[in-house]
Amino acid sequence: MENNQNGTTTLQLVLAWGFVGIPLVLGVLQTLVNAMKLFQ
Amino acid sequence: MDTGSGGGGWFSRSRTVAKPGFSRWMVPPAALCVHLCIGQAYAFSVFNLPMTKLIGISESAPDDWKLTELGWIFSLAIFFLGVSSAVFGRWVEEGGPRKAMFTAACCWAAGFLISAFGVSIHNLWLIYLGYGVLGGIALGIGYISPVSTLIKWFPDRPGMATGMAIMGFGGGAFIAAPLSVWLMRKFTTETHIGVMETFVVLGIVYFIFMVVGSIIVRVPPADWKPDGYVAPKENKLISKNDVFVYDALKTPQFWLIWWVLCLNVTAGIGVLGQASAMSQEMFPGLITPVAAAGLVGLMSLFNMGGRFAWATTSDYIGRKNTYFVFMVLGFILYCLVPLTGAAGSVAGFVLCFLIIISMYGGGFSTVPAYLRDMFGTRYVGAIHGLLLTAWSAAGIFGPVIVNYLREYNVTHGVPKADAYNNTMYIMAGLLVIGFICNFFVKPVDSRFHMKEGEAGAGLGAAGQAAKA
Repeated sequence: MENNQNGTTTLQLVLAWGFVGIPLVLGVLQTLVNAMKLFQ
Repeated sequence: MDTGSGGGGWFSRSRTVAKPGFSRWMVPPAALCVHLCIGQAYAFSVFNLPMTKLIGISESAPDDWKLTELGWIFSLAIFFLGVSSAVFGRWVEEGGPRKAMFTAACCWAAGFLISAFGVSIHNLWLIYLGYGVLGGIALGIGYISPVSTLIKWFPDRPGMATGMAIMGFGGGAFIAAPLSVWLMRKFTTETHIGVMETFVVLGIVYFIFMVVGSIIVRVPPADWKPDGYVAPKENKLISKNDVFVYDALKTPQFWLIWWVLCLNVTAGIGVLGQASAMSQEMFPGLITPVAAAGLVGLMSLFNMGGRFAWATTSDYIGRKNTYFVFMVLGFILYCLVPLTGAAGSVAGFVLCFLIIISMYGGGFSTVPAYLRDMFGTRYVGAIHGLLLTAWSAAGIFGPVIVNYLREYNVTHGVPKADAYNNTMYIMAGLLVIGFICNFFVKPVDSRFHMKEGEAGAGLGAAGQAAKA
């Protein structure tokens, strides 16, 4: 991770990745729950 | 930085050039904001069966829409994806990703709202216009803007970079499939199926999400390179020269890769758009509508994972070899699908589909790096936009082959569970042709390479040079 000492902060990175990551993780979990129904 | 984009205020390209200290790892989330939303297209099949019962509610009424009619919504969207990415590719390069992302957000949201109105008055043409045309334009513009931007931010790992961008498109159905089913359940009553309300909610939520992406995104300054960047070793299939966007169209390499992508996508998209209905008809009683939605989501997982994994793999084994794997392994798996149906093996069917879909996704994510290897980095975004017409063509061929062959078989007495077998063998045959096309991809002839002066010129100047 280059050149971020004066610009992008770690908090900004966490917020940005969290904004897309949280719904994605929820979607993955929901998908896995549904996948279990597929094999029942 | 003069990009030739002129003014345009907050939306202009010049306002999105990253300041010193900006981390390139902020760009993938921006790309994902857009691609996760437009990737909803992969989950559109969860609306197919509910939309065949909007009047009859419990079962299809005579005036209800048929699956073959509804299949055209997805086909139209993919068609306009290719058209808009080809037409607006250069505009996206010049105008910058922020303007493109915001435009895509407006078109995507408007497409859902118009479609919601179409459902409410039961007018299929409005859905063709909304989701098919406007949504398709949003898909095209939204798709290429972050791809091109990420390639520029990650010159050291082009396969991984395109994989990161395009995996978001594959992952969109992750969120959309369960969310859509949940929303429809919330809005459905004994006398009404809640498709219209679901479209409205999705349109609003996706608009907000995509606008956030347009706020975050940045382009790198001219000639920016990551710390410690080392140029790749000498390789005949990795060009160090650039080819002008419209000159690329004159090369056999462009059209061979066009056919490779088209055939790989036709094979995958043919089953993807109808995955929910197809699985239920091949395994009646074994796969319920809820389980089918799970299958769509599971396929999205492999579609998304395949995009990142295969594209990253291509950085090590090469793009051409990666496509050889897609064609050979895909051929074997498509031939196996009818056998799994005959054996009643849901696990075998699902496994075949998951690997096929991973390679389908991998085909998309590897192709921008394939283009970069052939035509250089200068116009890769615009050339990629032109190549996506292959996706449009596949969007028509794939679902049409699946839907109409199924209808033909069923009307000629073939049991529903067996109706898809012939289609699978045709898809396998398409991959044989794709293998041959990929075999003939060689390095681009030097007469197509841009000269020093052209390579140093801006986009507009290069266009002038091409006209002269």
